[in-house]
Amino acid sequence: MSSWQIIQQSLPLFEKGFVLTLWLSFLGIIGSIIVGLICSLLKYFRVPVLSQIAAVYVEISRNTPLLVQLFFLYYAFPVFGFKLNAELCGIIGLIFLGGSYMAEGFNGGFDGVAKTQVETGKAIGLSRIQLARYVVFPQGFTLSVPALAANIIFLIKETSIFTVIAIPELTNTALDLIGMYYRSNEYLLVLVIGYAIILIPLSIILTLLEKRVRYGAFGN
Amino acid sequence: MAKQVIKVEHLEKYYQKDHILHDINFSIDQGEVVALLGPSGSGKSTLIRCLNGLEPYQNGTVTFNGDQVVPTEKNWQKLRQKIGMVFQSYDLFPNLTVLDNILLGPVKVQKQSRETAKAAAEKLLDQVGLREYENVYPRQLSGGQKQRIAIVRALALNPELMLFDEVTASLDPEMVRGVLNIISKLAQDSDMTMIVVTHEMNFAQQIADRVLFLEDGKILEQTKGDQFFKQPQTDRAKEFLESMDF
Repeated sequence: MSSWQIIQQSLPLFEKGFVLTLWLSFLGIIGSIIVGLICSLLKYFRVPVLSQIAAVYVEISRNTPLLVQLFFLYYAFPVFGFKLNAELCGIIGLIFLGGSYMAEGFNGGFDGVAKTQVETGKAIGLSRIQLARYVVFPQGFTLSVPALAANIIFLIKETSIFTVIAIPELTNTALDLIGMYYRSNEYLLVLVIGYAIILIPLSIILTLLEKRVRYGAFGN
Repeated sequence: MAKQVIKVEHLEKYYQKDHILHDINFSIDQGEVVALLGPSGSGKSTLIRCLNGLEPYQNGTVTFNGDQVVPTEKNWQKLRQKIGMVFQSYDLFPNLTVLDNILLGPVKVQKQSRETAKAAAEKLLDQVGLREYENVYPRQLSGGQKQRIAIVRALALNPELMLFDEVTASLDPEMVRGVLNIISKLAQDSDMTMIVVTHEMNFAQQIADRVLFLEDGKILEQTKGDQFFKQPQTDRAKEFLESMDF
């Protein structure tokens, strides 16, 4: 069979993998942003106990590889009596990893708001919560957009590790096909193109968004 | 006798081991304009920042309108509505329009209705000649315009005391006059009680009822405004005035 035929025949399988990669990434990113925002808010408002728990989580999450986190969820959890299906493990793993990265992204933005802005806010009598709501968060979110955008791209790429727990996403599809038919050149080419289709347009959109928010809120 | 607005007694301030302010004592009556003068690093800014709780102090008391301030964040937060402050860096909020910058305090802190607060804000904007800019964002304004808006923002809360911390220090020379004129007008027309930290000696001479001269965190002299500039009591102040060309 010609390379072209090989590729054509594999496309329906790759399409499934492509859709799964997109879907898992989407859920993982949304979850990560929520977890990250919660951790960051706990830290900002110095909520006792919970902010310390969040800090421990962030350290564990950032200092262990996703591969190990997934093995732990998929193989070690059942030992304690929690059996999760592979896809759920993947999403939880991705959120566990992404939550800390997003938290650091938000923290960076909030910390980046000028100290003089905070003082000025205090000087007109704003309470801590009002200060956060009207001054620090609007500016901090804008400042954190570049970091969040980088994390989004990073998390999508990290889904390729899901292959180790046999989730049939893009990478897993390619590795399976190579295992069966030994046509690695063709399948790897499709794999690369598959990721590029997702990541290049997204990267361009995120860059435009970064420019837009920067222009929209700054220049004091 | 005029009402005493603020009284500071035996105020001491440290940054770790550094002794920044030494036994500061003074009081200011309603309508009085006090200029805080002294060389760089003498503690002028630190001192006025202690007066609205932006800097903690380690010893001594601040009394506002006859009530001694218990220096907790909560108490200061309430008092800051009555003690307006304008900074060198103006710091308008870049994410809000000029009008929203001004209304934030009156509407969110003082719970005035937006309509009432807006009417008052527009009147103030008229007085500083910037009414037509109410819907623009700060980045579209010049430094002088931003600083005038920052003054309006502080005045919008109807403070009883205004603190000005080197408000013209980062402005282009041609913008300075406009900002100073607004402060002078405020002193004359509305009888506002003010403490002004400045390096503009002409301006200080023109508006100050009294001068506090600071060096190394100590008040070296407190002298009536006109007298300070003609005949300072201390040699150090004389030296200081001679070094300023005005």
